[in-house]
Amino acid sequence: MHELSLCNAIVDAVVKHAGGRPVTTVNLRVGRLRQVMPESLEFYFGFVAEGTVCEGACLEQEILPAKLGCSACGHQWEPEWPLFLCPSCDGMQVTVLSGDEFEVESIEIKEATDASPGNRSA
Amino acid sequence: MHHPVIEVREGVLDANSTIAQANRSDFDRAGVTVVNMMSSPGAGKTTLLEAALKNLDGVRVGVLEGDVQGKLDADRIAALHVHVTQLNTDPGFGGECHLDANMVRSAIPALPLDAIDLLMIENVGNLVCPAEFLVGEDLRVMVSSITEGEDKPLKYPLMFRTCDLIVINKIDLLPYLDFDMDAFLGNLDAVNPGLPRLLVSAKTGEGVEAWRDWLATLASRTPSVQVN
Repeated sequence: MHELSLCNAIVDAVVKHAGGRPVTTVNLRVGRLRQVMPESLEFYFGFVAEGTVCEGACLEQEILPAKLGCSACGHQWEPEWPLFLCPSCDGMQVTVLSGDEFEVESIEIKEATDASPGNRSA
Repeated sequence: MHHPVIEVREGVLDANSTIAQANRSDFDRAGVTVVNMMSSPGAGKTTLLEAALKNLDGVRVGVLEGDVQGKLDADRIAALHVHVTQLNTDPGFGGECHLDANMVRSAIPALPLDAIDLLMIENVGNLVCPAEFLVGEDLRVMVSSITEGEDKPLKYPLMFRTCDLIVINKIDLLPYLDFDMDAFLGNLDAVNPGLPRLLVSAKTGEGVEAWRDWLATLASRTPSVQVN
């Protein structure tokens, strides 16, 4: 439910790097353990992007799997539920190996030579 | 058509974390320990604050109340003659459902940091969003009331994982509910194994002494604990 403020943060980060040039695609990495709904992010991104260099840009989300590891026995697993007890040894020393990511990885911008502003390749 | 790719590699929450660190530096410079209290609406954050503040001798406490609207909670705390500042997320911050570092930073000029040892930030009642946003705190406390059910740690894992202490409130109601404490604690340990916990009733006072002691011990330490 805070996707709106997250999209504000995404657009702010992109604007900093776009140098005033129109953006065609924002590539986002979102780990499965994050509390965000991809559909909501996409929905709010459209609103927040209006009037900025992100207007009309696609929000591409790479969803990364959740992976946990046990420091006691070395077992690694992809949890179905966010349970932090080792299924192999019942140990409590569990670390998140992946799934916490939430970053703007890169953006794609329109070349200055693009003749048609609405033309984006698939 | 080829579009040039620019690497960004910036965390979406990095900007908030940067401001939170600035807040933390201001608090550290003033020697103030800061606790971020979070819970669902109605779990008992304000009542627990009232119960603790009534007899917290030797600790100078300030409270920053976070609510979408109104100053009902701030008025309750003010009645205890404790420094309190109300922060509303609406208007001014779009009616946000959580406090973030920028909002807390805006409230810092109104906080009497030189006159307090401990700052309690009572966050907006919400089990989801506040967990995402650091605000410059030293520690996070969540309040979970037994009326919310045993399954909440499984449904809201980030909130239960991000806190340093859980205060399990309303235990005076245990005889009247089908709440299974063992199941709740089992779910809690599955999501945040070994999390320190206090069982209290802010209404009857049971367990409140331990809550007060925890705060008093915190305030007597140099604020240097890292928040997860």
